Amino acid sequence: MFLEALTLQLGYNATLVAVGAALLGISAGVTGTFLFLRKRALVADAISHATLPGVGIAFIAMVALGGDGRNLAGLMLGSALSAWIGLLCVQAITRRTRLAEDSAIGAVLSAFFGFGVVLLTVIQNMQAGRQAGLDGLLLGSTAGMLMQDAVIIATGGALTLALVLLLRRPMTLVAFDADYARSIGVDPDRVDLMTMGLVLAVTVVGLKIVGLILIVALLIIPPVTARFWTERSERVVAYAGVIGGLSGFLGAAISASAPALPTGPIIVLVCFGLFVISLFFAPERGVLAAYLRHRQFQRKVHIRQGLLALAQGQPVYEPLTIRLLAREGLARPDGIPTEAGRARAARALRDEHRWQVVHRSPDYEEVSSLHDGLRDIETVLTPDQIAEIDDRIGGPREVPA
Amino acid sequence: MSGAEFVPLSLTPILIGVFTAVACALPGNFLVLRRQALIGDAISHVVLPGIVVAFLVTGTVTAWPMMIGAALASILAVVLIEAIRRLGRIETGAAMGVVFTAMFAGGVLLLERSDTSTVHLDVEHALMGNLESLIWLDAMGWASLLDPVALAGLPPELGRIFITLIGVSAFLWLFWRPLKISTFDEGFAQGLGMRTGALGMALVVVSAVAAVAAFDAVGSIIVIAMFICPPAAARLMTNRLERQIAWSVVFAVISAVMGYVLAGYGPLWLGGTNAVSAAGMIATTSGLILLLAVLFGPCRSRTGAPSEG
Repeated sequence: MFLEALTLQLGYNATLVAVGAALLGISAGVTGTFLFLRKRALVADAISHATLPGVGIAFIAMVALGGDGRNLAGLMLGSALSAWIGLLCVQAITRRTRLAEDSAIGAVLSAFFGFGVVLLTVIQNMQAGRQAGLDGLLLGSTAGMLMQDAVIIATGGALTLALVLLLRRPMTLVAFDADYARSIGVDPDRVDLMTMGLVLAVTVVGLKIVGLILIVALLIIPPVTARFWTERSERVVAYAGVIGGLSGFLGAAISASAPALPTGPIIVLVCFGLFVISLFFAPERGVLAAYLRHRQFQRKVHIRQGLLALAQGQPVYEPLTIRLLAREGLARPDGIPTEAGRARAARALRDEHRWQVVHRSPDYEEVSSLHDGLRDIETVLTPDQIAEIDDRIGGPREVPA
Repeated sequence: MSGAEFVPLSLTPILIGVFTAVACALPGNFLVLRRQALIGDAISHVVLPGIVVAFLVTGTVTAWPMMIGAALASILAVVLIEAIRRLGRIETGAAMGVVFTAMFAGGVLLLERSDTSTVHLDVEHALMGNLESLIWLDAMGWASLLDPVALAGLPPELGRIFITLIGVSAFLWLFWRPLKISTFDEGFAQGLGMRTGALGMALVVVSAVAAVAAFDAVGSIIVIAMFICPPAAARLMTNRLERQIAWSVVFAVISAVMGYVLAGYGPLWLGGTNAVSAAGMIATTSGLILLLAVLFGPCRSRTGAPSEG
């Protein structure tokens, strides 16, 4: 079943949903990157929760007008309107009052969602429309989806993606340097509002697939994951799109392959799985890479300090140092230096003496700051300079008894 | 309305609502001032996987395993957020978003995959709570308040949330000075030798306990609302922390009582027949109070100077 779902052979609806989820994931990843770079990731949480009253009102209005309350296009329109109001509330509270953005987000999120819950109970009491479809919007459900809905989702995903690609230049500009953007005639406030508009579009399109509680995950997790793999902004955007798209597609396929696998949570968990893999195994910023770098550094420090001790004829007590020296063939397991060890130790000591001269001499002030106890002086000074330093040290002296 | 009707049906839900609101609003004051308001949001999401796992382990829907599961889940979430923030060098908001959405998704999935059809455990209940059902059937009227037999039939949630409220108040009272100083000037607090890191963690844990106890009774939507809306509104009323906390308690109580009354009786006044969600209405009321404070609060501007009048 899973393979069939992956290769889009589970029927027309499932295919449309998978394609729609992939498109939605790409748009969400790309849009979310700009939110993430602006450090406003959780504004999306307020926007998505604020859709609920709109859904309720749209349902009630459609039933009152004699239509089917579950018409997806109508529900999406209603949710977009109330999410927009919620967004304006967050911005008004942040700008007009002394409250910080996090309070504004939390307040709007809870009050709007609370009101939405009230409306849901009103609808339950109406008994007029079939309200079963509304609960699905909380957590997403693609089971038994109408074809018309699948088409709306696929089209919505494609449109959102097109908009994101169109707006990505100004959004990048503002995300990195709002002041510079202003100076070349790009209004950061307007671009921010456009970004939020895109977040809104992603939320609304994702209502049916991912559900309004979890859609924020698709906006936050892909950029955070992408950030592990690269330091360049264009690539973060591209990778986030790929990660989002992959999660959407895989999640929708897995969910279609068996019963009782709700689409929204599966998509989010696939995305989270990609995040965990990146957290540990990303080449530069991953935890594993950092650990290896740390071990490497530790090894260097131990060997250097061990060599300096050997050169000065001091005993080495630290077992790790002895082990590392022994593994390099520089010392015997009982801490006595080998021939190679003696040579390396003498070099290390000479290096240290040269650095000391550098520290004392005002001529080498700039070089002096490069001394970290590990760097070979030969890598920062020319042979002529080193010869000059060796002259100051003088020739070999008698070893004190 | 007569006592015979009010005491059994409405008194306990109102009391539970009020205690919950105050227990969440008290630590919420500090969370809002420390810009950690969304911790409440994160905690209320991760409570769901906590209770689902507790249910899968114990096989019952009793209060204590669920509360312990929820508390462990909140602590796990806080630790994970901190770990991801440090290991991945990611800003707190994004780390929070990653953790609570993933844990919530895990909880929903577990719930759907396991057979919970025999017990009353579903996502909607977790979100919206069921304040209306916490009635006191043994009561006959006001006189039952003095009747030990009837008192034994009080809903157990009332006792738990009351103990939580006492605990939260005791924490704030005991650590008042360190909390106040470290909230406003962390550097100065450290200079005085206070362990601000431990204190911050303690505040988060106390908030988590309040959230879990409240969640048990009223669902998560009220919890987020009460953590943030009353303290935020109170922040716009005054410049003094003591008064802010007093205002937040007042706002929390008003939200709980008015929300409950509007939900229970509002539809009847409008000619409807059924009550609407009390938890949702309480959250809505607190939002409206915040709206009024945003529009008319004397200390709403950023400079901190009260406006004329």
